[in-house]
Amino acid sequence: MNTLVAQRKRNALGTIGRNWVLVFLVLEFGYFAILTRGFASLHIVQMILFYGTEVFLLATAELFVIITGGIDLSVGYVLGFATVISSKLMVVFASRGLSPLGAIVTSIVITLCIGLIPGFVNGVLVAKLRVPPFIATFSMLGVCQGVSELLMQGIPAKNLPPLAGTIGNGHFLYIVPGSGISLLQRPDVARGVRVIEIIPNAVVFALVFIAIFAFILTKTRFGQHIYAIGGNIDAASRAGIDVKKHIVTVYMISSFFASLAGIIYVMKYITGKADAGAASLLDAIAAVVIGGASMFGGSGTVWRTIVGCLVIATLETGLRMRGTPTFDKYILVGVILIFTVVIERFFPDFKR
Amino acid sequence: MPRPHVQHDTDTPFVQSRTGKLLGRHWALFFLLGMMAIFAFTGPGFFEIVNFQNIIHLATISILLAVAETFVIITGGIDLSVGFVMGLSSTLAARVMVILGSTGIGEPALIALGALAGLLVAFIPGFISGTLVARFKVPPFIATLGMWGICNGITLHLCDGFLPIAGLPSVLPRLGNGYLFYIHKGQSFTLFRKPDYIPDERVRELIRLVPFSFILIAAVVLVFWYILHKSRFGQHTYAIGGNIDAAIRAGIDVDRHLIKIYMLSAFLAGLAGVFNVFQTGIGNYTTFSSMYELFAVAAVVIGGASLLGGKGRIVGSMVGVLVLAVLKNGLAISGVQPFVRYIAVGVLLTFAVIIDQLFPDLF
Amino acid sequence: MGYIIETRGITKRFGGLTAVDNVSMGVNAGEVVAILGDNGAGKSTLIKMISGVHKPDEGTILLDGKPMRLESPMDALANGIETIYQDLALAENLNVSSNIFLGREKTKRSMGVFNVLDHEYMLKESKSVLDRLEIEIPSLKNTIRTLSGGQRQAVAISRSIYWQAKVLIMDEPTAALGIAEQKKVLDLVKSLKTQGIGIIIISHQMYDVFEVADRIMVMRRGQNVATRLVSETTADEIVGLIVGSETVKR
Repeated sequence: MNTLVAQRKRNALGTIGRNWVLVFLVLEFGYFAILTRGFASLHIVQMILFYGTEVFLLATAELFVIITGGIDLSVGYVLGFATVISSKLMVVFASRGLSPLGAIVTSIVITLCIGLIPGFVNGVLVAKLRVPPFIATFSMLGVCQGVSELLMQGIPAKNLPPLAGTIGNGHFLYIVPGSGISLLQRPDVARGVRVIEIIPNAVVFALVFIAIFAFILTKTRFGQHIYAIGGNIDAASRAGIDVKKHIVTVYMISSFFASLAGIIYVMKYITGKADAGAASLLDAIAAVVIGGASMFGGSGTVWRTIVGCLVIATLETGLRMRGTPTFDKYILVGVILIFTVVIERFFPDFKR
Repeated sequence: MPRPHVQHDTDTPFVQSRTGKLLGRHWALFFLLGMMAIFAFTGPGFFEIVNFQNIIHLATISILLAVAETFVIITGGIDLSVGFVMGLSSTLAARVMVILGSTGIGEPALIALGALAGLLVAFIPGFISGTLVARFKVPPFIATLGMWGICNGITLHLCDGFLPIAGLPSVLPRLGNGYLFYIHKGQSFTLFRKPDYIPDERVRELIRLVPFSFILIAAVVLVFWYILHKSRFGQHTYAIGGNIDAAIRAGIDVDRHLIKIYMLSAFLAGLAGVFNVFQTGIGNYTTFSSMYELFAVAAVVIGGASLLGGKGRIVGSMVGVLVLAVLKNGLAISGVQPFVRYIAVGVLLTFAVIIDQLFPDLF
Repeated sequence: MGYIIETRGITKRFGGLTAVDNVSMGVNAGEVVAILGDNGAGKSTLIKMISGVHKPDEGTILLDGKPMRLESPMDALANGIETIYQDLALAENLNVSSNIFLGREKTKRSMGVFNVLDHEYMLKESKSVLDRLEIEIPSLKNTIRTLSGGQRQAVAISRSIYWQAKVLIMDEPTAALGIAEQKKVLDLVKSLKTQGIGIIIISHQMYDVFEVADRIMVMRRGQNVATRLVSETTADEIVGLIVGSETVKR
């Protein structure tokens, strides 16, 4: 009887240990909720999700690459590149007579297609030319920055169709208490009437893609192979997996997500700039590591990475609301990051 | 990590020939010389002593950081925190000088103390990074990334926001940007300072030789070249990068060595930060987009080091820094748009690595 | 009996697992003792205790008849116990002489103040030890990356010899080598016997064992199951002892 109780205790501790990031997130949220009035509200939670959307996407991008044992330093500037391209395209299409919606959709599609190119190049460099991912993606970072600056010529894009901003900042569902529910369209109400907003469009958009790729990662053969490559690349290739193709695909997935992030950025802020994503790179990588993935590859899940993103996003929003200088964020993220890796040594079963 | 000797399909006779090896080993140098030749034509004023001195003077910080990264990268690690350790040292030194300034200590004393503070504080992140890597087995990428954030945060606190620290003694920029020799053609020759009869605005009429930064660079390069190539410490650094297990089993105290390496790297970053105060006259935090550390790493890789460890030379890293610095300067003088430079750096870097693959045996 | 190295009743446990169980064995100077056993039999752990990596929980290790307490691999090295691991523990990016002197580099005073690596000395000494063992390496200055497996093995052995090993432990010395190179390494081992070194070999290659060893010790589940003189046993008997079925007899 004693051993059973002891074993259950051990298991409970082990489960907490393995999922400490989630526990940490809850505690963190609780901390801010207690200290700041109004923190634990739907509005704030949505704000956290809204401001963190780009990082969610970049972190997912990094996750795929990191699982294979690589790293993608270019995602920040691919994001910027995507903002520049999509914003310019929207302006061009809108002025050529396309309907605003048409312009937006066409621009998005074209940007996503073009956004695959940096990933393709990264993948070929890493897989075929055996350039270390750090160098290859750092080079791509420079190239994207250069091309973005060239296209922008120092002038940020203007005159984008306002519809972009409406969609980008809008919500999926609006509830006017007592009146009714509205889908996608913000109800016209008199001033002072309360409108409850549910789930920003941007977040929905991002989560759909993230969910799809999370499914791919966990439930498809492709996902299995990605983990295998990260775990033991020789074993994977001897088992018949086309390692080169998979690596190229993974980097293309990464730049795809970075482009998505760029598009969302444009929809949110109605502008495009080359360094839009520069600061988000480190947040994305930190989120992946805090979420438990190993830098050596072979482990990590989308869900855990999202939790990692939330830890950072909550921290940032919480600090801002407390009026604390946001540079504390860097210190705290740095500490959490290091702490995560040290913890991983004691609970090494952070695998899938 | 050891690399087995694999016969690549790229092992053509050329690669194995002496010319091939010579070209492969020194491609960066050849590229540098070629670039300089081209810029001499496309850029008026490029091929002049004034410009060359300027290039090196502005590259001082990059040189110091590149020396730092050389040591770390040879051990197979990386130090992403150097940019922000630099900012930390810079702001701390400035703060100390400002604080001491209000106590009425003489200028030389407060400058010296401020500089000392900036240098000493750098050892702390270095020690922490080193301990994390050596004893806690944290991957260097993560450990130094974490320190990056921590240093950045602390620096910004010291700055009270995104404001550089001003109010420093005005003699500082003169020390940082001064030259050894000032020659007024046909008229005078002064050491250490411009002749008094020339006002500041006309200083460019003089021939100025040997910036003080040269002396700093020469001293640092000499000392660290010696350490890396002539001492047991340097030999052990290469050994750890080549095969860490072999080093452990040969009795080398790898943990302590790695801690020293990261402290060394942070010290040089601190030196860069303090020098920055002398160069600009204010205490600077490092911005996100400067990417000092990434460019330092790029310089070291272009100079022939491998991110896997075990390879790299001080001279090579110097060439790498010069390649990047001359590229920046030459393109600017030739009136080419900045974006070309970004693309060029990316291409160069990739090329460097491919060369490294082709010639794995070259030291 | 005058063993150069001996263990008496040595035991090592890891948690609930007894990796080495009360093992007593010894090696004479100029003798090769081969330790055989299936995976997990405890061979590696025994070796690691002799070379200072692990500390025994019980029992003693004696060197030249004197009990020794080995606190670390450096201790073992200082006492003349050299180990050649399966992965050779050589640095790919260094040359032959740097590898031979790894961790024990010779320095000289330069300009009366600084301590500089004395490369000429190390090169000269390396050349002489390689010559002594009749090993041919084309260029001592190139990195060992250019050397074959057998040559690297030879460099690892030379390193131990140079530092005057009294006891040499070799873990799977011929595992990754081709036939011709295996022969060269075995010849080298035989020549080491004449220099009065006590040699312990872990190997799965029955041919090699019978070629160079004087005695064979079989381990099973952490215990010293049997010791046989090579001249008085057969491969079949040894296999039987390893596997545990005494009835494996033709």
